Amino acid sequence: MSAFPNLWIVIISLAFGSFLLRLSFLGLIGDRPLPDWVLRHLRYTAVAVIPGLVAPMVVWPAATGGDPDAARMAAAAVTLVVGIWRSNVILAISCGAATLYASLYLLG
Amino acid sequence: MSQSKTSVEFFRGVRDTLPFCLVIVPFSMLFGLVSTEAGLSVLETLTFSLVVIAGAAQFTALGLMQENAPTIVVIISALAVNMRMAIYSASLVPHMGPLPFWKRALAAYFLVDQPYAMSMNRFDAAPKLSLREKTGYFWGCTLLVVPVWYSMTLLGALVGQRVPEWLALDFAVPITFLAVVAPMLRTFAHVVAALVSIVAALIFASMPYQTGLLVAGLAGMMAGAEVERRRSQ
Repeated sequence: MSAFPNLWIVIISLAFGSFLLRLSFLGLIGDRPLPDWVLRHLRYTAVAVIPGLVAPMVVWPAATGGDPDAARMAAAAVTLVVGIWRSNVILAISCGAATLYASLYLLG
Repeated sequence: MSQSKTSVEFFRGVRDTLPFCLVIVPFSMLFGLVSTEAGLSVLETLTFSLVVIAGAAQFTALGLMQENAPTIVVIISALAVNMRMAIYSASLVPHMGPLPFWKRALAAYFLVDQPYAMSMNRFDAAPKLSLREKTGYFWGCTLLVVPVWYSMTLLGALVGQRVPEWLALDFAVPITFLAVVAPMLRTFAHVVAALVSIVAALIFASMPYQTGLLVAGLAGMMAGAEVERRRSQ
């Protein structure tokens, strides 16, 4: 029994869904262009979904029972700033993690 | 004739993606770690990476399942994160469209971020490449990247069962997401989309079944698209 009852439904749906997205134009739709307004919205899906997903995790972290936590806020801020500044995912993660551990240690 | 030039392109692709492998190693290990930490078995974790091959979507699904979001919300949100794949697919049509269907279908399965980005760079820089050469380059780009993704997920999952509490892995997911999304904030429209999404997600956080995220995502997309439309006029 898995930790999540519908885990396999999620995995299989994401497998098919992701494959169909990748196949969409190359395999099925071909060269027919999509309307501009559709492409314009598609360009912003990732930057619209990911911040909305992360914001509540940062402001009300599960590990503290939902209480705002200075260490986690600082870590999030550092990750974001380094990520924007250097465009380097691994560097941003490293700096964020270092900030998290340093402030968890210092703030006890 | 082109057999040797095709293999030249193939090995050029392998070489060009070498630096990315260094980035993928910790990222995929982190997925393995966080996933087993969340209670998935090693087999479930590895299967997830084998069939989906998309880190951001996999982390999204994992995060939402941990928050007990309904299955349909998990699937819609993770697929929304993967919408960019449709753009990738569209931009490869002029280059790989003439291939037989089964080859295009196979390429679609392997159409992940790094091979896509490297292929588009190469095809722009060398527009005279033949279909075979372009295809060879694309496969060269996937040769290391995709197996590294699989194997490092597995390694992370195997190690993950021995990670101590003080590592505060609960926060690995938000940090990873912030690091992934930060370089995407290239234009004013992208920044507006992200800010609108954050504000909406916080306001609607108490909506039932995590549906606030869908509202926030839609609002962010519409805001970004609208800013782009106004600025291009």
